[in-house]
Amino acid sequence: MKIRTKDDLQQIRAKLYDHLYNPPVLKINVGMASCGIAAGARDTYQRALELYKDKDVLVAGTGCLGFCEQEPLVEILAPDKPRLVYRHVTEEKIEEIVEAYQKGEYLEKFVYGQVTSPYSILDEDIDDSAPELISTNGLPNFEETPFYNKQFKIALRNCGYIDPDNIEEYVVRGGYFALFDCLNNKDSDEIIEIIKASGLRGRGGGGFPTGRKWETCRKAHGEPRYVICNADEGDPGAYMDRSILEGDPHNVIEGMVIGAYAIGSNEGFIYVRNEYPLAVVRLVEAIKQAEAYGLLGDDIMGTGFNFSIKISTGAGAFVCGESTALMRSLEGKVGRPRAKYIHTVEVGYRNRPSTLNNVESWANVPAILTKGADWYTGFGTEKSKGTKVFSLVGKVKNTGLVEVPMGITLREIIFDIGGGILRKKKFKAVQTGGPSGGCVPEELLDLPVDFERLTEAGSMMGSGGMIVMDQDTCMVDVARYFLEFLEEESCGQCVPCREGIKHLLRMLKAICGGEGQDGDIETLERISDTVNNLSLCALGGTASNPVLSTLRYFRDEYETHIHDKKCPAGVCKGLFYYEINEENCNGCHVCFRKCPQEAITGEKKEPHWIDQEKCTQCTICYEACKFDAIDIK
Amino acid sequence: MSEHAYDIGTEVVPSDIEVDFRALDDLIVDRYGEDPENLIMILQAIQREYNFLPKSVLNYVSTKMNVPLSQIYGIATFYGMFSLDPKGRNLIAVCLGTACHVRGAERIKKRLEEQLDIKVGKTTEDMRYTLETVRCIGCCSLGPVVNINQKTYARTDPEKMVKALELYE
Repeated sequence: MKIRTKDDLQQIRAKLYDHLYNPPVLKINVGMASCGIAAGARDTYQRALELYKDKDVLVAGTGCLGFCEQEPLVEILAPDKPRLVYRHVTEEKIEEIVEAYQKGEYLEKFVYGQVTSPYSILDEDIDDSAPELISTNGLPNFEETPFYNKQFKIALRNCGYIDPDNIEEYVVRGGYFALFDCLNNKDSDEIIEIIKASGLRGRGGGGFPTGRKWETCRKAHGEPRYVICNADEGDPGAYMDRSILEGDPHNVIEGMVIGAYAIGSNEGFIYVRNEYPLAVVRLVEAIKQAEAYGLLGDDIMGTGFNFSIKISTGAGAFVCGESTALMRSLEGKVGRPRAKYIHTVEVGYRNRPSTLNNVESWANVPAILTKGADWYTGFGTEKSKGTKVFSLVGKVKNTGLVEVPMGITLREIIFDIGGGILRKKKFKAVQTGGPSGGCVPEELLDLPVDFERLTEAGSMMGSGGMIVMDQDTCMVDVARYFLEFLEEESCGQCVPCREGIKHLLRMLKAICGGEGQDGDIETLERISDTVNNLSLCALGGTASNPVLSTLRYFRDEYETHIHDKKCPAGVCKGLFYYEINEENCNGCHVCFRKCPQEAITGEKKEPHWIDQEKCTQCTICYEACKFDAIDIK
Repeated sequence: MSEHAYDIGTEVVPSDIEVDFRALDDLIVDRYGEDPENLIMILQAIQREYNFLPKSVLNYVSTKMNVPLSQIYGIATFYGMFSLDPKGRNLIAVCLGTACHVRGAERIKKRLEEQLDIKVGKTTEDMRYTLETVRCIGCCSLGPVVNINQKTYARTDPEKMVKALELYE
């Protein structure tokens, strides 16, 4: 069917509302984003289908609820029963859980929490009659668990709550109402004004005001104009764009159609990384459905506005996340950036005005237009409005995607939401902003997170990766790691980046290998300065940030590597050795059994010792020891 | 990016690669409309079909689309997913994203290099495995992760991966 009126949308909403919130039979929602699938969700889903497909039970695949640590996450709901999220539901457990659930036993040990408010934040703007959910005593409320209680989901609002392959479920959550309103009741200036007033800034890293970008593009000379979605999420450690595309593709499509209407464009592109095959599959299906419902293509919603979207897949080049490189890649060329004397909003793809926004930015657009700019500016800090999705990963207990209002402190994110550091180790730093960002040390944990504060701290917001590092992470090695990444990904056209990174990396490798010399730190700083100031594009212009920020906060680690030839974190081979602490060792024999070099000897119940000649510092014993009895010297 | 020294003059297609030029022609014309803007996607389709970019295929693409071979070579060597050498039957990709790195991905890489007796980027002599690294596949919460073909191994370690290798012939 083609959607032409608001009534059409309302009808779909009425038709599927119960299916989503109050199904007549038992319903099993399995979180099936890449992370869930990696943890075994597809097997769980198949098993549930096998068991229940003929038994009046609905089995659905949804996106990711964000708490990836607990995947596979499965939500179960039924009439007159509480709506529960179960964690670590592997294929072996699903039957036991469902059988018990049907009998009214909720198997507390597998329950993550009971959902009390699964509704969309857009629901109240359309029809505020959400039914109360049944709740049960003794089980924690899903929304009030430490991982979720500080979060507020705008961009991720539908992820995990709908089947991404079903456009109608997106409509139930208030989807495409904003588009209808824009096409019928607003002109392009009004939309751009709302986006400007909302203070939305680019979520891909730069933080450029989205409304101003749209306005400039709208006013730029030249036809046709293009709208592009940057889904080339290359920052290692950041995966919010993947999650949005896999869990809620229509949110991005709706945002893009609204943007296209505001800018006056009829052709759009989504440039997706090659490493995200599932996102591409879901997007293809979503675009097909949107076309079938008359929400993409010619004469959208009967208003005469035309807009189509084409998917283009990247081919594995980090630099193609940069706007000019991305557009060249879209043109089928080698993705080397150009100097931006003239911005891509004026001369971009095919040398025409082009608006490029990141996935998360587009995903904010429908919500802003439904709820208004004032609502959006109610979140965040003075210059950074709204919420931001972070991928909280690394050495932290609760890993996953968290969407929090800007201005929350790093400490709240890492220790309250994240639950602190794994295995009671000591926090050392948090790396934000990907290879262009930096490491923020413990003394800055109370820093409110927004674009400005992070930049002042020598890091940056980037696309929102937040990699937590503990005492076992060597900061010189981290700098080496990022430079190795950048050396591989530098496109090679300008000398400061190509050669500078190479020399920085050579020196860092030497320092990690115990061959650092006096004066190395100063040379590192000098080269870093040249690379940052003289490179052509943003990749080169920020390439030495990992070196500069670690030097700024962890200079002593560099000095220990260079002067004492020691790696205090126990990472750089040859700069440390392991020794068994006789007081702590109770002779449990675990290290003895695990050591591949047979370098550990000792009787059971007696302290062991390590033969330094045989030890290769492979870290297996260090990680296996439960008694903190292996020291790094 | 690939360091392959591409011999432009001679034919380097291994004898066991049979190229279906009719299908290739359909791909270029019907699916991608001979549009040079679709060049990357055409090469991706070829890479998917043959696991690498055979020279005879690239020559055909060049002539058919009227794009110089040098330009195609530029694209094939710039983008990380393309390979000018045949790859093994099973593709192992160790994720070296930051989250996986701090959780010990480097050790998995080294262990697999030892086990297979090849360096990253290379293929075993029996064409059974190609070992590669990838910078983040977006499963950071479950790190370290390794992909073998389409399957993702999450929260893995060196010994688990060595065992997993046996599953792939």
